[in-house]
Amino acid sequence: MRGRLCVREGGGMITVEGLSKFYGGYRAVNDISFECRPGAVTGFLGPNGAGKSTTMRIIAGLTPPSAGDARVAGQHYRDIPNPGTQVGVLLDASAQHDGRTGREVLALGALAMGLPTERVEAMLELVSLTPSEGKRRIRNYSLGMRQRLGIAHALLGDPQILILDEPANGLDPAGIYWMRRLLREYADRGGTVLLSSHLLHEVEVIADELLVIGQGKIVARGTKAELLRTAGTFVRALEPDALASALSRAGIQAAPSGDAGMSTNASPEDVGRAAAAAGVALVELRPADGAGLEEMFLELTTDTQRDLTPEGASA
Amino acid sequence: MTTVTDTTPAATDDIRQRSVPMSRLALVELRKMVDTRAGFWLFAAMGIGVLIIMVAMLIWADDGAMGFGNMFGLMNIPTAFLLPVLAILLVTSEWSQRTGLVTFALEPRRSRVVVAKLAVSLVAAVAAVAFATAGATVGTLLAGVFRDSGAQWDMTWVGFGNSALLQFLALLQGFAFGMLIMNSAAAIVLYFVLPTIWSIVSQVVPWIQANLQQWADFSFTQMPFQSGEAATGQEWAHLAVAGSVWLVLPLVLGIWRLLRSEVK
Repeated sequence: MRGRLCVREGGGMITVEGLSKFYGGYRAVNDISFECRPGAVTGFLGPNGAGKSTTMRIIAGLTPPSAGDARVAGQHYRDIPNPGTQVGVLLDASAQHDGRTGREVLALGALAMGLPTERVEAMLELVSLTPSEGKRRIRNYSLGMRQRLGIAHALLGDPQILILDEPANGLDPAGIYWMRRLLREYADRGGTVLLSSHLLHEVEVIADELLVIGQGKIVARGTKAELLRTAGTFVRALEPDALASALSRAGIQAAPSGDAGMSTNASPEDVGRAAAAAGVALVELRPADGAGLEEMFLELTTDTQRDLTPEGASA
Repeated sequence: MTTVTDTTPAATDDIRQRSVPMSRLALVELRKMVDTRAGFWLFAAMGIGVLIIMVAMLIWADDGAMGFGNMFGLMNIPTAFLLPVLAILLVTSEWSQRTGLVTFALEPRRSRVVVAKLAVSLVAAVAAVAFATAGATVGTLLAGVFRDSGAQWDMTWVGFGNSALLQFLALLQGFAFGMLIMNSAAAIVLYFVLPTIWSIVSQVVPWIQANLQQWADFSFTQMPFQSGEAATGQEWAHLAVAGSVWLVLPLVLGIWRLLRSEVK
């Protein structure tokens, strides 16, 4: 594609290396590195105040980093000519002049990027804002409508990279489904998406790859399948005692779980074979609930809950 | 649902590869100046002010006051109040309304945005002077028809230049305050209050009146320029020094702050 930013073979479209941002003694972002590759939606997951927005603002050149480097398609953001046509950025859907209409905001963007005015109508239609909604002033918009407008603005210049901060915030379940389809199609055409969320289920629905951030550090990363893979098994038998002894004879450690059930780190296959060998009848055998990711995320969230840990909340 | 790329072609390769030209940035800023209610009513108030002054003078003013110069001077008063507010809002709304997140994402070279804003502010000042000129011309022509005084074309080019200069200075001072303070309400209040307080202090404190007023009171140093007479070199020097304090200094500090600060 001529005119498009190119990147070296195998490189990420968004590359963050050793990035830090300090505010006085507070480390908002603490030495993080990651890459976002084309064709995938990367979910940036973390509790409020974990450093997601700061990282995204640094990538978009709006916040100077304290250390490290952030590049988009190999370039610093400020060196990209006409960046709106290369990177679509939505950092805060509420950050719009209340007195402008939705259509006017898009018209200003199209004017700045040098786009034909038909793009404005096309984008309003794409995000399902009706012509009469487009003519309304933004102060009368719901958060969901502001998000749709922000996504329309990010897509206005037909960029190949999207950076979206909490885009699903304020969307209803149908809206989240709509966004999943939109971003899925976008990524399938080769686009690169980095989106953030503080809600696990939103990211689970939309993203392919996950970066989990807590207190300025990346604490987990991988594909959704890897991170959501459940370790362990839940099993329940008619006779719990017989099952317990069968498992211990097979060398499988298990602990009582729930109503007459047991949970273990062994795979369902091993548990099933042990039970069959001992002739124990099972009524339930499945991968365990409570994925590691969810537990870890909950831990991160409670760590940063100021009201729960007042003495540790000085940061 | 349709996809993005196959409906309407967006940018050509040429547009993608070139930086956003200053002309386009300036057009965007010009549009932002008038596309909100605040902007619309500021311009409307300037226009209505000129019309009210014209009608009021034609009906009630003494024959001696009906000259073009006097009318032009009076018509410049509402614009001299409102233009700086327009310039302040053009700058501070990026922070107060947080539109800077979009503005500086589309043009990360922030100094270019500042130049564009300054340019369109000056365009607005030229438009305001032109509008006052047109209003005074029409008023003088009407006076020639309806008043015994007849049309009095008594304006000197020096007087015209002085009036235009004061408009530009007021606007630039507002722009500088907006850049430095980055908050609409605070910038507007301080723009009007700070120089006034300093003027009062200069009047009241003998030492300041004797030593500082003629050099550091911006409105005091502007007084010689309110006449149709050419200012002396000494008066220009006073204006330049006061302008450095009240206009250049906040502008430089404001630009420095904008280039370094975090856009949130």
